[in-house]
Amino acid sequence: MTTLRMKNPAASRQPTRFNWLKITVFLLALLPLARAAWIVLSGMAVNPVEFITRSTGTWTLSFLLITLAISPLRQLSGWGWPLRLRRMLGLYAFFYGCLHFTTYLWLDQFFDWSGILHDIAKRPFITVGFAAMLLMTPLAITSTQGWMRRLKRNWGRLHRLVYPVAMLGVLHYWWLVKKDLTQPLLYGTALALLLGWRLYRRWRQP
Amino acid sequence: MLIQKPADIAPSEITPEGVYFNRRQFMLGSAGLLLSGETLAALAGKKSTLSTSDKPNSLKEITTYNNYYEFGTDKSEPAMYAGSLKTRPWNVVVDGEVGKARSFGIEELLKQPLEERIYRLRCVEGWSMVVPWIGFPLASLLKQVAPNSRAKYVAFETLQRPAEMPGQRSRVLDWPYREGLRMDEAMHPLTILAVGLYNDVLPNQNGAPIRLVVPWKYGFKSIKSIVRIHLQEQMPATSWNMANAHEYGFYSNVNPDVDHPRWSQASERRIGEFLKRKTLPFNGYGDQVASLYRGMDLRRNF
Repeated sequence: MTTLRMKNPAASRQPTRFNWLKITVFLLALLPLARAAWIVLSGMAVNPVEFITRSTGTWTLSFLLITLAISPLRQLSGWGWPLRLRRMLGLYAFFYGCLHFTTYLWLDQFFDWSGILHDIAKRPFITVGFAAMLLMTPLAITSTQGWMRRLKRNWGRLHRLVYPVAMLGVLHYWWLVKKDLTQPLLYGTALALLLGWRLYRRWRQP
Repeated sequence: MLIQKPADIAPSEITPEGVYFNRRQFMLGSAGLLLSGETLAALAGKKSTLSTSDKPNSLKEITTYNNYYEFGTDKSEPAMYAGSLKTRPWNVVVDGEVGKARSFGIEELLKQPLEERIYRLRCVEGWSMVVPWIGFPLASLLKQVAPNSRAKYVAFETLQRPAEMPGQRSRVLDWPYREGLRMDEAMHPLTILAVGLYNDVLPNQNGAPIRLVVPWKYGFKSIKSIVRIHLQEQMPATSWNMANAHEYGFYSNVNPDVDHPRWSQASERRIGEFLKRKTLPFNGYGDQVASLYRGMDLRRNF
C-alpha cells in the first residue's frame, strides 16, 4: 500500500490508483469466504455447519474491527487513502454478518421461527448477537452518498451505532464460549484499544 | 449456500462395510497371533446386545473432532497434539473404600474379556456421534478390588503431565481432569472402560490408553486417559462442575427437557447428518437406566 502511495506522482492519476486499491481490497475481503467454501466442499470440516457459523462470525467481528481501525490509522499515519476503504470494509462486516445470521436461521434452526424467537428472547448471547445485526442494518442501508446527503449531520450521529454494534459483537462471542476465553479476549482487547484511542483524542482536544 | 452434502472422507480411507462387519471372522483367523502378545495393535471385541444398530461414524470423524482440553480447546487440536502422549508404561491405581486396593498395568487391562460396544455419544455442546468402542464393563474391574459398604461413589482422574499434554500448561480447567459416578451408575452394565475403537487400540486423542464411556450422560463425563479410580463415601468433585456449577451438574444425564443455561438441549446434530435430530432422554438409554433415578428431580439434579 505504501508503494502505491509513493508511486503516485500526479494528482490527476488519483482516480486510477484509488480504483486499484479498492478492487484489491474488495477481492482480498472475499478470501475468507472462498477459504470457508473450500474447507467445507473438500470435506475437511467434520461439523460443517459449526465451522461455517464460526468462520462467518469471527470474520464479521474482524471486519468491524478493521473498519474501526481506519480512523486511528489515518490519524496516526496522516495517510488519506485508508478512509476511502472504510465504507466497503463496513459493508463487508455487514455481508459476513448476514451470512452468519442466515447460517443460524437456515442451517442451524431450519427456519423454526418459534425456536428462533425463543432463542432470541431467552439466550442472552443470541439476544445481543441479534441486536448487533439489527443495529448494523440501518448503517448498511444508509451507506450511500444519497443517504449521506439526505441525513446531513445526522448521518454521522447515526453511524456512531457502529460502536455499540462492535461491543455487542464481542459480548456475543464472550457469552457463547464454554470455557476458553482466549479468542473473545483478543477481539475485546482490540476493540478496547480502538475505542480507547477515540476517548483519548476526545480528552486531549476539548 | 452449501446445502450439498460433501463427501467428507476419501473412499480409500473407508473400511468397506463388508470387511468391517466380517472382522470377527478375520479376527478368529488371527486369534493365535492375538494371543501371542500386545505388540499387535488390533483388538478384537465380542459383539454385544447392548450395541446400537445406528450406523457408526467414520474413523476420521471420530478421531479428528474431539474435545480433549489437555491437548487444546479447539476440536481439531487433540488430533494434532495428542501424539506427544506416552501411553506406556501405564498404570491405573484403584483404591479407597475397597478390600483389595491395587494398581493395574495396561497390559493386564487389555487382557480383560473385551466386547465391542457401539454407543451413541452426545456432547453437551449439541452434537453427537456413534462410536464402536472396544472395552469391558467397569463393574468387572471394580469387583476385582472388593468395594466395601462405604463405597458410595467412584472418582476418576486423568493423567497430569504438562510436558506431554500442552493444554495443561494453561489454567483453562483445574488439572488434573476429574470425573465421578454414583456406585450404581458405575456398576451398570452399560458403563464401560474402553481401550479401543474400530478394532484397534484407542488413538491418543480419544483417551488412550483407557477411558470411561457412560453413554447416557453428556460426553464430558466419559473421562479419558485414566490413572486413578478412587472409591469413596462422599460425592466427588468433578472438573466441569468445579469450573461452572451453574451449567454442569454432577449427574449430567442427557436430558432434552433441561436446557443448558445458554443453549437448548432439545435437539442435536449427528456428525455427518444435515438435519438435526431430537435428543432422547438418557440419550436413548432410558429403558436401561431411567430406574437409577426414580424419585429424583432431574431438573435440580441436572
